[in-house]
Amino acid sequence: MEFFILVTIDGISRGMIYAAFALALVLIWRAARVVNFAQGAMAVVTSYAAYKIADATDSYVLGFAVAVVFGLLLGAAVERGLMRFVGHANPLNDVIIALGLALFLTSVIGMIFGGEYQPANQPFDTKAMEAGGVSWMTHYDLFIWGTVAAVVVLLGLLFTRTAVGLRMRAAAFAPEVSRLLGVSVGRMLTLGWALAAAVGAVAGVLILPTESGLHPHAMDIAFASAFTGAVVGGLDSPVGSVVGGIMVGLVLSYVSGYIAPSVTPIAVLVVLLAVLLVRPGGIFSSVRARAV
Amino acid sequence: MSVTGNGVKPAGSPGTGEEALSVENLSSGYGLVQVLRDVNLSVPAGTITAVLGANGAGKTTLLRTLTGLVKPTAGRVTFEGTDLRAFKVEELVRRGIAHVPEGRGVVEELTVDENLRLGGLWRKDRADAQKATDEVYELFEPLARRRGHLGHQLSGGERQMLAVGRALIARPKLLLLDEPSLGLAPKVASQIMALLKTLRDSTGLTVLLVEQNVRSALSIADQGVVMSLGRVVMSTEAATLRDDVGLRHAYLGF
Repeated sequence: MEFFILVTIDGISRGMIYAAFALALVLIWRAARVVNFAQGAMAVVTSYAAYKIADATDSYVLGFAVAVVFGLLLGAAVERGLMRFVGHANPLNDVIIALGLALFLTSVIGMIFGGEYQPANQPFDTKAMEAGGVSWMTHYDLFIWGTVAAVVVLLGLLFTRTAVGLRMRAAAFAPEVSRLLGVSVGRMLTLGWALAAAVGAVAGVLILPTESGLHPHAMDIAFASAFTGAVVGGLDSPVGSVVGGIMVGLVLSYVSGYIAPSVTPIAVLVVLLAVLLVRPGGIFSSVRARAV
Repeated sequence: MSVTGNGVKPAGSPGTGEEALSVENLSSGYGLVQVLRDVNLSVPAGTITAVLGANGAGKTTLLRTLTGLVKPTAGRVTFEGTDLRAFKVEELVRRGIAHVPEGRGVVEELTVDENLRLGGLWRKDRADAQKATDEVYELFEPLARRRGHLGHQLSGGERQMLAVGRALIARPKLLLLDEPSLGLAPKVASQIMALLKTLRDSTGLTVLLVEQNVRSALSIADQGVVMSLGRVVMSTEAATLRDDVGLRHAYLGF
């Protein structure tokens, strides 16, 4: 029983990070109908910035803040400097450009920092918190839960309670009508990419201490897992992406705990395949009747 | 229905007599397909101009080219003396131009309330934007009862009310309306037509109205413009089109 609880808590922590990552994918999908396959690589870049600065200044908080700001800038730059010029007539164009960007970013990181794993330390002691003689969770688990919950709540408030959130939603759903109503759709798109990359940066910083550390390809599995979470959630639904991300985290944690850690990458693909076969639109996709 | 009040005005000096919108030698199209060919049009301020013609005549493309959704390949569009080509689509509403596109006016994923808020987001005068929103709810009673409903849950009539109402929150000087009565119950359609007339008379709103329902459009219009195959083939007073059976037969087929 104790082992089950441990594995479950570990699964939720992983899942929360995947949820943030998946949310970043959904943000861009909703705004631009692009699956950002460079999300993982972009998070690698911001994570290197975070941990190098955290190391140099001995301040985790500063490193974290730099990652978020750098994420905002990187997201905006990718949209303004690259994605804006991609013809969207063929969806494959976006995919190929995003994959190219991912290769480019990971190569540049590799050239600058080398291909070895480098430490990414968590800001808390790794001692588990005990209650009733059982080690439940670490402070870092709590930190992950709290951070991701805060990100989700803040994004929710932004989209439902603010004028800019309303503009962003309108621009995503009905770009032409929005322009006629005075919304600068291009600016909303840039903002969407910036926000998504910042959320991705948070996910990247959070996940590294739970994995092997900094590496140009450190986010590959995490990205695949988050992508699965986003697809499970329907790709179009922010709530779905969070639930999907947590579900994937749990499944992987159980597989890793009860079968073998080495099987988890395959388990991700099995889950993805199963969802696509049974319900290709995702579990949370809205099926609604339209009046003609 | 007959046009009352200052509805019928001789061409050339209706409304305030000043030209609100001027279209000169306008051509546009999609890719290699040319749709508009050398269109000339003059819309006097404070009047309603009905753009009529068969499907595929280029009516919708005309409106879309006026607001820059379709880029003109030649010609000029001026509003109150200013060349509109200098402005982005999203800047036009700030200059007093509202465009309600055909059948796609409502953001289906947003609620009625959010749709209306969207219409006034750009306005600096928050108090007046709120006042305009309240007026829309008064004007279109059914919307007030469905504030929290999503756009896709509304009936066709309610959607059209929402799209038109949302345009009015901008307090536009020029309203471009594409098929406002399409698919609507006759009662709702005539309600919208009556509203346009009232707005013209009370606020001096200038309307460019694309409409399949020729009779209902001509009942409120000051001018009628007939398009065919991307060209303006006739432009005259609405009363003339209404009353001259020969003209109607020749150009409008009834």
